[in-house]
Amino acid sequence: MKQVFQYSKLQLYFLFTLRVFIGWYFLYEGLAKVFTPNWTAYGYLIDSKGIFAPFFVQLAENPTMISVVNFINIWGLTLVGLSLISGLFNKAGYIGAILFLLMFYLSHPPLLYAKYILPTEGSYLWIDKNLIMLVAIVVLMLFPTSRIIGFDSLLVRKKKS
Amino acid sequence: MSEEKNDIQNENVNKPEKKVSQGRRDALKAMVAVPVLGAMAYGVYQKKKTELNNRNAAEMFRFKSDMAAYTPTNSDAPVLRLGIIGFGIRGKLLMQALGFATPAYVEDLKEQERKDSENTRYRDFLAQEDLRIEITAVCDIFDVYGEDAVKAGSNIYREGKNGRYGREPKRYLHYKELLAAPDVDAVVIAAPDHWHGTMAMDAIKAGKHVYVEKPMTWTVPETYALRTVVKENPHLVFQLGHQNRQIEAYERARQIIEKGLLGKITLIETGTNRNDPNGAWVYPIHEKASRDTIDWKQFEGDPERIKEYMDYMTSAGVTKYVGPESRDKFSLERFFRWRCWWDYSTGLSGDLLTHEYDAMNQILNLGIPSSASSSGGVYFFKDGRTVPDVLQTVFEYRDKDLTMFYSATLANQFKRTRKIMGHDATMEVGNTLTVTVDPRSEQYHKKIEDGIIKPGEPFYTYVPGQSVDAVSSATERYFLERGLLYSFIDGKRYNTTFLHLKEWIDCIRNGKQPSCGIDQGFEEAISAHMGTRAYLEGRTMYWDKDKELITRE
Repeated sequence: MKQVFQYSKLQLYFLFTLRVFIGWYFLYEGLAKVFTPNWTAYGYLIDSKGIFAPFFVQLAENPTMISVVNFINIWGLTLVGLSLISGLFNKAGYIGAILFLLMFYLSHPPLLYAKYILPTEGSYLWIDKNLIMLVAIVVLMLFPTSRIIGFDSLLVRKKKS
Repeated sequence: MSEEKNDIQNENVNKPEKKVSQGRRDALKAMVAVPVLGAMAYGVYQKKKTELNNRNAAEMFRFKSDMAAYTPTNSDAPVLRLGIIGFGIRGKLLMQALGFATPAYVEDLKEQERKDSENTRYRDFLAQEDLRIEITAVCDIFDVYGEDAVKAGSNIYREGKNGRYGREPKRYLHYKELLAAPDVDAVVIAAPDHWHGTMAMDAIKAGKHVYVEKPMTWTVPETYALRTVVKENPHLVFQLGHQNRQIEAYERARQIIEKGLLGKITLIETGTNRNDPNGAWVYPIHEKASRDTIDWKQFEGDPERIKEYMDYMTSAGVTKYVGPESRDKFSLERFFRWRCWWDYSTGLSGDLLTHEYDAMNQILNLGIPSSASSSGGVYFFKDGRTVPDVLQTVFEYRDKDLTMFYSATLANQFKRTRKIMGHDATMEVGNTLTVTVDPRSEQYHKKIEDGIIKPGEPFYTYVPGQSVDAVSSATERYFLERGLLYSFIDGKRYNTTFLHLKEWIDCIRNGKQPSCGIDQGFEEAISAHMGTRAYLEGRTMYWDKDKELITRE
């Protein structure tokens, strides 16, 4: 899909703001875990519901898998956040973000009768904030900004020259 | 990437003559991230600073060690041959904790898993460690239970119906025959209360190691006698069945108190709340139970014990609590619901106060109280029982300047936590610990003033199984309240009854002393008896420390 993006200033700034805000959210989620000694996804995973719950519970109960999951969460979230904010390797960042959100959504789907131990701050039915953010990221992918505002622009320039 | 090179451009692309400044502008735009990241760094720094303050406050609640690490049983350890006396409600649970269950029970576990894939009880049971034991002998005076015990004992592969089974243990009709069997090294006693002391003594005399369910004794005289017998045979390992000794949180509670973090403790509040017939000992009566399938004569009790019991009841003028039915009259109610009558039972004191008392004795080394007072009555279950369904017992520890209060009802299950109340803080003790600092604390006065500690709010929470010791998060508290951590603790790794039995078996193999031995048992039994006598006689009972006697003044 070859396409030249011509954004108005307002469009560009708000796409950029959306990207940075989502990036901020990811980065802090990651850093908070970096700075929590012995942080683990155990509790979250064990509280999974829906058809994929057995898979997530298995992850939690396997000592090797849970340490891998913890590592991916802690550093993955941080890297995704950095990518979105800085606009560096944005495409990879978006894909990472989508994968994370997909996992969050599948492990905690807001089903009709699912009752979670961890409280949610709102009321959801089928659609939750994870899913909305996931779609927002897909939109951001379709309307990229990192080569206009972001380090990716420098990469492009370098390659050009 | 190359084909995308020209995909994304903005309006500036149309102005190639400003190439150099364009590059600069792009670089500038790329740098927009820098202030954002700066803001994030500042925010994280500030948050960390606040947390660090809190952590410093929590620093005093840090501890180096917890309980000894779990040591698995050696795969070449010699096989220990066990006899089981009593295969009723508790006996079944004990055998399951040892790894032996009836095929019917295993089928039931499988069914539970089929219905709910998240139910891990079957998997946990299969995964439970092999303790290198063999059940060689079983005894129950009700035929159905006795035969079930045989099936459970032979179910060495933990199979359901139509599975492979091992050699069947021999079923004895009288416990004394079981004790005489040469292929029994140790016995687990889960008979009714009025048999505990007698069977334990006879077992020790027969050279067997003993694990006996709580309460340790039914009468006061047998308490001394059992202690003497056990002390005379130090090579035999005696363990009283208070599995709370294995709860990790209690060990931590002990350390917290030892460090003086609660300040001077003056009051301990414990209790029991239950609200269902089962909890009030109205157990179901088995359909196959009859004169033909139950050895009533053996159920009645040991003549010497009965004499001790009757002597006391008569001399204390409390014969109204004896009976009401004659002891030799066959009764299915009395057989299955024996806890409801003093003739066999120790009531709330022996059944449930002992749990609370032993937990506190484990944490605080309370010893025997200097006095005990009790009150209560049969207020709800007016089914002919003689033991009360509401009971308050107050133990005074004059030399320690503290009171332990026990309060129970079998007709309400409101959740009351055990509280250890100190001048500086209160600790709530369960499977988890919560410490709440007192607003008037002197020890924490400065920290309260600085706003580091918020008095009245839980300041420290200890959750076993988690290595983080910090101010509790809402998440952690949530898990606690909903019991999720409890099931995790109570799951495979933290089945306390399994650990308690294992400790006993390990001690037999290594010649060590278990955590709830005869001294702890003696303290438990005497404390419970003081509470019971105070209730029966309606007056305060005292402990003469020097003469080791329960007195009335």
